[in-house]
Amino acid sequence: MAVTLPGSKRLNPGRSNEAFLAWLFSAPAIILLIVFLVVPFIMAIVLGFTNQRLIPNPNLPTQLIGFRNFTRLITDEAFLRGILNNFYFVIVVVPIQTALALLLAILVNQKLRGMNFFRTIYFGPVVTSMVVVAIVWTFLYNPDAGMINAFLKTVSFGAIGNINWLRDTRLVFPAIMVLSIWQGVGFQMVIYLAGLQEIPSDLYEAGEVDGANKFQQFFYITLPQLRNTTIFVVISTTILAFKLFDQVKVMTDGGPQNASMTTMLYVINQGWGQLKVGYASAISVVFFLIVLMVSLIQRRFLREERQVQ
Amino acid sequence: MTAASKTSQIGFTTQKRIRKVITYVLMTALAIFFLFPIVFMFVSSIKNNETQVMADMSSLYAFIPRGDLGFTNFTDVFGRMEFGRLLFNSTLIMLVTVISGLLINSLIAYALARLRFKGRNFLLGVIVALMIVPFEAVAVPLLLLVNHLPWFGGASSWLDSYHVQIIPFIADAFSIFLFYQFFINIPKDLEEAALVDGAGLLRIYWNIILPLSRPIFATVAILQALASWNRFMWPLMVTRGANVRPLTVGMQTFFGQDPRIWGDLMAFAAMITLPVLIVFLLFQKWFVQSVASTGIKG
Repeated sequence: MAVTLPGSKRLNPGRSNEAFLAWLFSAPAIILLIVFLVVPFIMAIVLGFTNQRLIPNPNLPTQLIGFRNFTRLITDEAFLRGILNNFYFVIVVVPIQTALALLLAILVNQKLRGMNFFRTIYFGPVVTSMVVVAIVWTFLYNPDAGMINAFLKTVSFGAIGNINWLRDTRLVFPAIMVLSIWQGVGFQMVIYLAGLQEIPSDLYEAGEVDGANKFQQFFYITLPQLRNTTIFVVISTTILAFKLFDQVKVMTDGGPQNASMTTMLYVINQGWGQLKVGYASAISVVFFLIVLMVSLIQRRFLREERQVQ
Repeated sequence: MTAASKTSQIGFTTQKRIRKVITYVLMTALAIFFLFPIVFMFVSSIKNNETQVMADMSSLYAFIPRGDLGFTNFTDVFGRMEFGRLLFNSTLIMLVTVISGLLINSLIAYALARLRFKGRNFLLGVIVALMIVPFEAVAVPLLLLVNHLPWFGGASSWLDSYHVQIIPFIADAFSIFLFYQFFINIPKDLEEAALVDGAGLLRIYWNIILPLSRPIFATVAILQALASWNRFMWPLMVTRGANVRPLTVGMQTFFGQDPRIWGDLMAFAAMITLPVLIVFLLFQKWFVQSVASTGIKG
């Protein structure tokens, strides 16, 4: 950039001036990120080794307690239930949501009339607040004659009915999974849609010339071309699954008997509800390590892809 | 053309037509699945009579506006809750967060994309690394921190305030990354010409970069506005009274109040959803584009 034109000033106004302005432009964001992300992050790690409380008890000064928080976690049934539920959620929801998102994307990507209309409807729940979704679905899950019970009763000719979805320890979490998929799948649909539109159409033309039918085209062209998109969708849905909070807080607060407990809900209930900041920080660290691992797996997969190309 | 090939062609077109019908049937079934809770919410909200709301919920009547229709539930919500206050809070928090976020995040991204300074690559690396740290992982220590932060006028804690719901969310590593990616793809010619004319960097940012970057500003604005409007966990932790609370927390409180009147609840839910739904329908293309752009992350 620093070309000197005859008779004009240097293109770059003084090097030191440029550096000064750069730091000036960056300063607000850097300060905010340090204070509200980096500092609390370091605090989480440090506090995880203390018995810090939100409102310190003057008789019990905060002190370092080594790994006691972490050893306690191993035997904390509510915490283990939370982690297990998060994995349960990942195993069930991630494949279903990814497959459904791909199906929806392929459907609305067709050159048929009314596709925009359908895309709008499928995407609608994404812009609906999760708190609203949770409350509306609680109504739908009403144990007496809620719509979902009534529907099941009709299609099963009365064999199923009057299920108390949110009070049954085995059904409560699957019930929450359903509305989570309902709310979230439109987001991944749009990401898949963008991926589909980037596939060069001559690949399909070549496939047709070679006599590949629609299924073969899907498995040999569409899916491999969407590899990166799929990695992204799977990883981001997995991370979202570990952040699960809003719907369980509103619908069940983890109950009954911790059957719908999640890691984040337990963090907040311990740190904010019970004021045990030290213990909640220790769980936050575990939570972060899980998210970090998932993110690193993603970056690794994507890097491999780049090397292959 | 032989008769045989003609019949096969007819067979082909009918096959195509059948496939089209199947597609539409499938898509309509899916549309019903995604639509029914929302329709149910709106229809229930305008049924004045709670007994009717409860009686209708187990049949298709739930989707049909019938009986005593009106806005009683809505006026009830205003009577039972400070709904206007909550709406004002949510709107104020969203606007301030989004507008200041656009400015601050785009400025640092501009510096990273265009200016040369020592530590630039390091800073960029830190921003990318910070994208991995979810807010959820720092929520509890942050609660401890804001509980002891001073504020103008001698306050010794940030709890129960607007700024505690705004300031932590202004700077956002992912927004910075989105801006950065957009800025590095803008051709430099225009800026160079302006530099020759003696324009300062701030002028260039304001007069050249901003007008060229409307799409990315819209994208980040939409993502941040949605996140702010729907934010629940943090405001739940840092607010106690209705004074500074947003709609989401207000709705959860309302949900926990006795008696639980479903008509009122659906009216409340409808009033949170309607503004977002209208904005979404008006700027649909932008919404879809915003979400699609998150896919490049990583």
